[in-house]
Amino acid sequence: MIWALLGVPMVAGAAAFLIRPDGPRRLLLLAAALAHALLTAACWGGLPGPALGGYLELDAAGRLFLSLTSVLFLAAAVYAVGFLKSAGHTKEEEDAEGFLFDNAPEAVFTGCLLLFLGTMSLSALSQHFGLLWVGIEATTLVSAPLIHFHRQRRSLEATWKYLLICSVGIALALLGNFFLAVAARLHPDLLMTGRELAAHAAELDVTWLKAAFLLFLVGYGTKMGLAPLHTWLPDAHSEAPSVVSALLSGALLNCAFLALMRVNAVLCAAGLADFTGGLFMGFGLLSMAVAAAFIIGQTDFKRMLAYSSVEHMGVLAFGVGLGSAAPAALLHAVNHSLTKAMLFLTAGNLLAAARTKSVGEIRGLLRAVPFSGFLWLMGFLAITGSPPFGPFISELWILQGALSRHHGALAALYLALLGAVFVGMATIVLKMSHGEPSERLKAAPAEDDPWRLWPPALLAAAVLVLGLWVPRPLLNAVKEAAVVLGAR
Amino acid sequence: MSFWVESLVILVVLSNLRVLGASRLSACIQTVAFQGALLGLLPVLANLDALTVRLLLQAGASTFLKAAVFPWLLGRALRQAGLQREVEPFVGFTASLAAGVLFLGAALWLGARLPQAGPEGLGRLVPTALFTIFVGLFVIVSRRQAVTQVLGYLILENGIYAFGMAFAEHQPLLVELGILLDVFMAVFVMGITLFHIHREFDHLDTDRLTALKD
Repeated sequence: MIWALLGVPMVAGAAAFLIRPDGPRRLLLLAAALAHALLTAACWGGLPGPALGGYLELDAAGRLFLSLTSVLFLAAAVYAVGFLKSAGHTKEEEDAEGFLFDNAPEAVFTGCLLLFLGTMSLSALSQHFGLLWVGIEATTLVSAPLIHFHRQRRSLEATWKYLLICSVGIALALLGNFFLAVAARLHPDLLMTGRELAAHAAELDVTWLKAAFLLFLVGYGTKMGLAPLHTWLPDAHSEAPSVVSALLSGALLNCAFLALMRVNAVLCAAGLADFTGGLFMGFGLLSMAVAAAFIIGQTDFKRMLAYSSVEHMGVLAFGVGLGSAAPAALLHAVNHSLTKAMLFLTAGNLLAAARTKSVGEIRGLLRAVPFSGFLWLMGFLAITGSPPFGPFISELWILQGALSRHHGALAALYLALLGAVFVGMATIVLKMSHGEPSERLKAAPAEDDPWRLWPPALLAAAVLVLGLWVPRPLLNAVKEAAVVLGAR
Repeated sequence: MSFWVESLVILVVLSNLRVLGASRLSACIQTVAFQGALLGLLPVLANLDALTVRLLLQAGASTFLKAAVFPWLLGRALRQAGLQREVEPFVGFTASLAAGVLFLGAALWLGARLPQAGPEGLGRLVPTALFTIFVGLFVIVSRRQAVTQVLGYLILENGIYAFGMAFAEHQPLLVELGILLDVFMAVFVMGITLFHIHREFDHLDTDRLTALKD
């Protein structure tokens, strides 16, 4: 089972590099995405057994994040077919500098997309910290060519920053791995998995453990986009094709979050929950503050979404730091992923209609492109935590966690920052939606490509349903996952 | 620590200083390749009386990648870029060397305070590993050229590898090979990106990549 989850995307990805005609390759992408989703769904019937001597195993936490990745990838794969049909072989005009550019070969794009799914699955399945590191670093390397799909200067600059900053960050996490091994030196035969280490937590060296955690926090925190290590994120997410941005924001950031949570579980078992909790809360609130500062007055709507991802990673870190709110943070990860993926896919449709990312040149979306305009407005309400959408429930639950632990001042700061982001995004989104269509949108093509409209619409429906009613199995799943990840 | 191991460790330290002081890019690439070869040989020399197939395989793969494949990939990127053969630092060579000496002092100071938990003989590798990590990070931030930043990443990786050697001998083979594969892919993808940067911009000067900002 586990081998199939890894093998399907990897083999399909390798094959996609070799298939020349576009039709079969797109079919392969859809088939692999569907097969992966079905395999993941089968894991909800019962967790598959460990593979590779316990290095790979799907636990409740891994299953939650694997399912998220799989669902988003299926939506992205459907969208990608529509995207590649329109962007595949034509020259396009660069919106900021106005010259023509090519796109990368479609085979490379599809292959990397599938390998991206494979490496993200590896990250969700790895129990061994070394293997987890290998998986996370591999996600960086296979996703870098995806960001550079539009062969132009801005995406190239974003790719370079992404590659270098994330690789260096993750290299420090590797050093963290070795520190962890040193902390466990009394047990040289211990398997370096979260579970084994947590079981022997009392015998681990506390000083080395703390140092290891700091390195992991810097390393995986860079990948997750926690401020002040987030500098690559707005560039990469805004310059990548929207379908890639959706996966980066919705799925990849979660993988790094899961990795941090697995380290955190070891430290909590060793009685260092207060140490890690303080760091998580500090980085969380700082990320929210930095994101709020850059969202207010933002001129590029995809950058606005990217900073919103920084904000929500901050919310996740804050929730985890509270300890008892860990299930709420995991539920928020689900809500954020679905909402953000839907927003990025919609942003891709807006970009196709208006051919600019500049907020100032877009007015009257609701009239010019009613379907996408409506989704855009709804997505904005959902992502800023307004009722009746999913993120509202989980953000409220985190707030409740903060109040129940008597962190009144922090709760107030958390609310104030959420409010600031709401105001910042409202100004931008409302201006874009209402009024007479602007020059750029007057000639907007009709919204008639079902491949590109259904995925964001279905994701939006899911976000709405999660706001009205959290299904019992999902609630149990996040609680179970929080227990696996060592929540108190 | 045997004479051979001791000499190798000293050579690693010297190679770091040479990277800081060298003005020609090709010299830097060669030095980093040399450093990779030294670190690849180290576990073999330290365990001469207890050699295993696994150890030889691991050391061979690591040395081959770091001493042959990486310099070839980077050298190719450099040849494609044509004239840009100078390092072009933000921080001058003398100042870089002075910083290097400071790093060495800090690494020795820090290394002396860490518990000596490593296997016999390699414990003294720790200050060298820390020094290499510091130098790698410094090269990444203090050099303008994209190629030098890749070199900095490789030096950083060498340092972390040396640290792992000093302490965690029980890294499973699968993970070890996975890490090597990842580093290889990193340099490979960075090499391709370098090629695109040069084709698009006609330079490899990261200081001039400034279109994206808020």
